[in-house]
Amino acid sequence: MDLKELLTIAAKEEEEAKEICINCCTAAGCNAANAVELKKNLDKAVKAAGLDHKIEVQSVGCMGLCGRGPLVEIDPDNILYEQVKPDQAASIVDAVNGGETTAIQFDMEHPFFAYQFPIVTENSGRIDPERIESYIAVGGYQQLYKVLYEMTRFELINEITVSGLRGRGGAGYPTGLKWGLSAKMPGNQKYVVCNADEGDPGAFMDRSVLESDPHRLIEAMAIAGYAVGANHGYIYVRAEYPLAIKRLNKAIQQAKKYGLLGSQIFQSNFDFKVDIRIGAGAFVCGEETALIASIEGKRGAPHPRPPYPSEVGIWGCPTVINNVETYANIPVILREGGEWFANIGTEKSTGTKVFALTGKVKNSGLIEVPMGMTIREIVEEMGGGATVGSTIKAVQTGGPSGGCIPASKLDTPVDYESLQELGTIMGSGGMIVVDSETNMVDFAKFFMEFCRDESCGKCIPCRAGTVQMYEILQKIAEKRATQADLHILETLAPMVKETSLCGLGQSAPNPVLSTLRFFREEYLELIESSHNGKVPVSAERIDKS
Amino acid sequence: MTKIKLATVWLAGCSGCHMSFLDLDEWLFDLAEKVDVVYSPIADVKEYPEGVDVCLVEGAISNEENLEFIHQVRERTKFLISFGDCAVTANVPAMRNMLGKADHVLRRAYLELGEVTPQFPHEPGIVPELIDRVTPVHEVVPVDLYLPGCPPPAERIRAAIEPLLRGEKPVMEGREMIKFG
Amino acid sequence: MAVKSIKINGRMVSARAGESILEAAEDAGIHIPRLCHVEGVSDVAACRMCLVKVEGNNKFVPACMTPVEEEMIVETETPKLQEYRRMIVELLFAEGNHVCAVCVVNGNCQLQDLAIEVGMDHSRFEYRFPVRGVDLSHRLFGRDDNRCILCTRCVRVCDEIEGAHVWDVAGRGSKSRIVSGLKEPWGKVDACTECGKCVESCPTGALFFKGSAVGEMERDRDKLKFLITARQKKEWTR
Repeated sequence: MDLKELLTIAAKEEEEAKEICINCCTAAGCNAANAVELKKNLDKAVKAAGLDHKIEVQSVGCMGLCGRGPLVEIDPDNILYEQVKPDQAASIVDAVNGGETTAIQFDMEHPFFAYQFPIVTENSGRIDPERIESYIAVGGYQQLYKVLYEMTRFELINEITVSGLRGRGGAGYPTGLKWGLSAKMPGNQKYVVCNADEGDPGAFMDRSVLESDPHRLIEAMAIAGYAVGANHGYIYVRAEYPLAIKRLNKAIQQAKKYGLLGSQIFQSNFDFKVDIRIGAGAFVCGEETALIASIEGKRGAPHPRPPYPSEVGIWGCPTVINNVETYANIPVILREGGEWFANIGTEKSTGTKVFALTGKVKNSGLIEVPMGMTIREIVEEMGGGATVGSTIKAVQTGGPSGGCIPASKLDTPVDYESLQELGTIMGSGGMIVVDSETNMVDFAKFFMEFCRDESCGKCIPCRAGTVQMYEILQKIAEKRATQADLHILETLAPMVKETSLCGLGQSAPNPVLSTLRFFREEYLELIESSHNGKVPVSAERIDKS
Repeated sequence: MTKIKLATVWLAGCSGCHMSFLDLDEWLFDLAEKVDVVYSPIADVKEYPEGVDVCLVEGAISNEENLEFIHQVRERTKFLISFGDCAVTANVPAMRNMLGKADHVLRRAYLELGEVTPQFPHEPGIVPELIDRVTPVHEVVPVDLYLPGCPPPAERIRAAIEPLLRGEKPVMEGREMIKFG
Repeated sequence: MAVKSIKINGRMVSARAGESILEAAEDAGIHIPRLCHVEGVSDVAACRMCLVKVEGNNKFVPACMTPVEEEMIVETETPKLQEYRRMIVELLFAEGNHVCAVCVVNGNCQLQDLAIEVGMDHSRFEYRFPVRGVDLSHRLFGRDDNRCILCTRCVRVCDEIEGAHVWDVAGRGSKSRIVSGLKEPWGKVDACTECGKCVESCPTGALFFKGSAVGEMERDRDKLKFLITARQKKEWTR
């Protein structure tokens, strides 16, 4: 494979494209709503109408409006149909041909789409994720060629640094710095890892990218491999994502076949291979040191940092670990330039962020917006506000490691620093809308239960502390608690935060601390109404010893 | 000078702590000069009086009677001491918690292991009902001082009580004062 | 040999390069509480008892796994650290079934000692009373999960000193347990050489010599240390 061949494939793909394309989403969300059947029916309907020469039915990835799947988009008319039933296939084909359809149309001018800025998701819902040619046709693998022939490792890393890209897994560490560190480490063996162990409840950004545009990830990992001098990459993906795994495997096979993975890529002296490692369902394996242990075949338990994986990673070798979304930004940064990327978003948080907008919101799904957009714009305009009959009480970001933003602070812009000031974090991109029907103690309890169950058990504060915090929250929720219990909860939470070994334990108290900060009255109400109004003796004083 | 009103209470425990207390031997005479023992399993008093200054509570909370009584004790006592490991940690009496709730425990003890006439004890008003979970005293009412040990050695008891008689809080530190078991 | 000068609790201490804060403090006669650390095997920083404050670092660091650095300023006994250590010990007592009164190592237990050291006179956390098992299948030794604090000393000692790797951790979170072999009864695990190093290393009464009565069992704590010194420094006499 050389550049000419690559461009030939792209041109051929362009040439063979039919006049109209019916894009049918077959990613996990729409699949669950019977999109596979719909896709079959669309194929049949096109054939039955004798329009094969004119219309292509393409199986594509996520279009974002997951709450209203299955979704079908007509290209180039830019018409989107929502909640399409398999038996509406024929009528959609009719409509393409100038007739009428019973399918419901979603307004593409709606803020849900109009406010988006697709970088990571630029190909999602537009290309066929199971065909490498489809990715090549939109310029795929050209950036890999470019870095191999036109850029030195350090020019490449510098471009990433200039872009200001920060890790999208949650912590927001500058990607350029991370790569630079590993690149400078001595040693012949280095590794590149993609963390696709997305585990936050309500988050599905990474799954969507993997299912919709897997080649983008492979190209980006190869680029990262070139940058740091690694010839081996691992994608650590959770077993709960079977479709993503299937598509990744397919993509790796296709890339190998075309010589875009393997030895002497593009006839250069750069070799790179990618292996998939499937996680067995432990949330903690999303923590990078636990993830490394798991890749090495050990028990998925974290160990203290430093040393960081950039220095001591898989089998002791320097290892770059980035999240799926971080990688997905790389080809675009190289295509458009670091400066271009740095101009999007805010000064310290550049680019865009993909959010999984869920909870009690009208339009739930996946959105990609420039950093710095306010939470109000996201949940009220794009999301359409709370579901009928209720109001928004809070928005939760960062999953079990994050916190709540009360309705009064919805004008906060989404960037790493602003969210941190409010006691929450950007996290990997889960955004859960909480409405007035939800009690915040129950809400905190849900996340604490999650952390308790997902604690690996290695360090005591997390293993035993989450159990105790959960029990106290349970006591409060069941109106059995006293002020003394609240006092213990408030003593324990900071201790677990400050003494736990890894990020899981260090952030496990966040939902509690955050709800206590903004919704303390809900805790107090439950405590005051405890014991059917009869205050037990132990509530009168707080045990201070 | 009015004497300090001292009480001692025996809940779910083996009375070993009280035995250890009696091991204070001749110091008990000194103590008797400073306190009135107003309630104790070793004194013939039926009702726990009001206005008790200091109370040593031996034992965990294991049945309905313990539960009701400890609330009464707390209400009528200024300074409550968890006396011994059963009061402080629930200790041996709580080992039944691992068997499950009260009915599991009774089934195990009276039916499965009952050799002659297996039957549940049931005498309302005479035999107090077991509560489901044995707990230390401070999980039910606030406690002012913890005096661990199984039993707390006589010297430890004295070292804890002596400062109290002078109106000072004892320093509960070190192996001599807080070793469990 | 490179030497690093560090300050612990306001005292100047010289340390060997590569040495941990814990080792440097120990040599200088400054005691830092610890529980999962056992000399001669790798550290895991799991118990969090040895957390210390290092100036310029906004997080506490485990002394056992943090190498000394030139001009490091370490505080080992801040009020917050003391409070947190006590809470950790309370969490341990509340988590398992630690009934000192009926334990074989009553009086010879490192968890019990630690409770005294951190000044724990009671647990503020509710006791969990978990249902856990006892394994008496081994000819010489017994294992009582009720007393296990998951320090993994046995796991590391068996793996790194004896080389048998009989022990490992199974399950996660509060359901984590130490298991022998592939979660088999200890007595059925052929890999066990009956050396007893795990029993010697156990801080509590979780691993014990069969036939010990309450408070009777004593360990030879120096035996492991002797073995390590013997191997590393070729000093074969005690």
